Amino acid sequence: MSARTATVPGMGMLRETGKLFALGLDIGRGIFQRPFQLREFIQQAWFIASVTILPTALVAIPFGAIISLQFGSLASQLGAESYTGAGSVLATVQQAAPLVTALLVAGAGGSAICADIGARTIREEIDAMEVLGVSAVQRLIVPRVLACMLVAVLLNGMVSVIGVLGGYFFNVVLQDGTPGAYLASFSALAQLPDLWVGELKALIFGFLAAVVAAYRGLHPPPGPKGVGDAVNQSVVITFLLLFVVNVVITLIYLQLVPPKLG
Amino acid sequence: MGAEVVIEGLTKSFGKQAIWRDVTLNLPPGEVSVMLGPSGTGKSVFLKSMIGLLKPDKGKCEINGVDIARCSERKLYETRKLFGVLFQDGALFGSMNLYDNVAFPLREHTKKSETEIRNIVLEKLELTGLSGAEDKLPGEISGGMRKRAGLARALVLDPEIILCDEPDSGLDPVRTAYISQLLVDLNAQIDATILIVTHNINLARTVPDNIGMLFRKELVMFGPREVLLTSDEPVVEQFLNGRRLGPIGMSEEKDSAQMALEQEQADAGHHDGSTEDVRGIVPQLQPTPGLPERQGAIRRKDRVVQVLHTLPEPAREGIIASLTPEERRHYGIPEPAVTAGGRTPAHRGNLPAGEVADLPGSPAWPGAEQSAPTRPLRPRRGGA
Repeated sequence: MSARTATVPGMGMLRETGKLFALGLDIGRGIFQRPFQLREFIQQAWFIASVTILPTALVAIPFGAIISLQFGSLASQLGAESYTGAGSVLATVQQAAPLVTALLVAGAGGSAICADIGARTIREEIDAMEVLGVSAVQRLIVPRVLACMLVAVLLNGMVSVIGVLGGYFFNVVLQDGTPGAYLASFSALAQLPDLWVGELKALIFGFLAAVVAAYRGLHPPPGPKGVGDAVNQSVVITFLLLFVVNVVITLIYLQLVPPKLG
Repeated sequence: MGAEVVIEGLTKSFGKQAIWRDVTLNLPPGEVSVMLGPSGTGKSVFLKSMIGLLKPDKGKCEINGVDIARCSERKLYETRKLFGVLFQDGALFGSMNLYDNVAFPLREHTKKSETEIRNIVLEKLELTGLSGAEDKLPGEISGGMRKRAGLARALVLDPEIILCDEPDSGLDPVRTAYISQLLVDLNAQIDATILIVTHNINLARTVPDNIGMLFRKELVMFGPREVLLTSDEPVVEQFLNGRRLGPIGMSEEKDSAQMALEQEQADAGHHDGSTEDVRGIVPQLQPTPGLPERQGAIRRKDRVVQVLHTLPEPAREGIIASLTPEERRHYGIPEPAVTAGGRTPAHRGNLPAGEVADLPGSPAWPGAEQSAPTRPLRPRRGGA
């Protein structure tokens, strides 16, 4: 519909983006409105965690492995084997963990949220709730967004640990790295702010994934097929958004926080 | 007393497609109104605009002085608590059982204890004939039951305004009659303003105080039931009779060639789809004996008598005939010639207005009147 009313090309997209931002602001405001839906929040956090923990762990191991293998081989060519651990820890904690987390929170958690909200929308449940004087954003969306953020942060920690362990295993077992050197160089390059920025990214990615999922769920194309399309779109939009946001945050971080060996 | 709804110049379009323009009407407090209209004329959109789910392009919709189309979000949510809305499919929360569904508004908006909530919920479920189904999920019950559960949920907060989106669709005629009676009884008990959107002619003829009709993107008419029921407006006449002959076509509007062709066919003896002429005023459904008199109906009498001189002749006669001799004396209206004499003062269950337009004869039970008792079945649902 927005495409038909659009007079300038790209207008529809701008309008959708604007609405997405408006929803994001509504959610931001809803977070501070009482009463807080604790029950819904716990249920959703549990649900999102239960659908994401296992796949995230399974993805984290090979992810840590490839980083470690790649970096290990690169480092040995340069004659810097002792820095293998340092490099892979840095890459895992700062980049890989938040991204893996975000992809799984968006793919598993976000799609579930979008499908759930979308089904409620086409069955007029959302309308019914609004008519009963209950804000659907406050009652349904805010707990889901917060749950997504919490789970993303927790998962990020888990991915960091599993990724580093995976990297250690593959470096030591497959590349004949020395366990001592790997462990000793852990803190050679990596510093605490790397972990903080990783967690911050996870928090933001969790928020974005949930907001996009909720937005698509609240405004699905008509019909049952529309809900399917909405889920599909929400995952794709989230992925695109996350990578762009990641670039921005990384750039800012590299400018603000001085590298350890500067 | 129910809230008054004042709608002025309401206009809504989706993109370039206008849904309806410049709808102006007034739902008097405590009265029952019906909005008729062929499918796809935006009746549901109208309901959704009234409760602020859709934003109208122009115009205002005032409830207790609050303009739903323009007010702040906080005001909107406050005002919505006055509403009880029955959606077309019930719109129950799929993840909750019926009990929790009906209890939802109470838990969200009141500080009642679970025992009180339980009493209210069970009472409303019994009222809608759903006792024993509390633990069922909406997915496990029939459409009719979902609809009734939706009604139960709409009623728990004792709303001042009840909006029903096609309360009869998907229900059999008997259950429709029960729902009609339930709405009238509710109106008598809590004096809520009720708006029913429907295309069930039987319900439209017997339940409301006022009838409106949407067609061709505008409100064709809205007024006391007598006006619409005796109207000569071709659209209204065609719709009430459920005929193919007339301005309403399969895709809303008809061109003149199609109209002429159909007229020709009908003249040649081809069945036009209707079974009998159902125009004329039929007795209105009254609250179940034992319930208080409808305050809305009493107020309506005052209101209608005041505008009596502005109404068309047949409607005026119908209204005068529905008054008791005492009331006529009270309002200073002369006895009508048509039905003068032989009329006892109207009381509950009597059929005051029936004789004017219809053959004499009393219906078997309220809600199932037939305008011509010799004919076998009602016009629209009749299987003949």
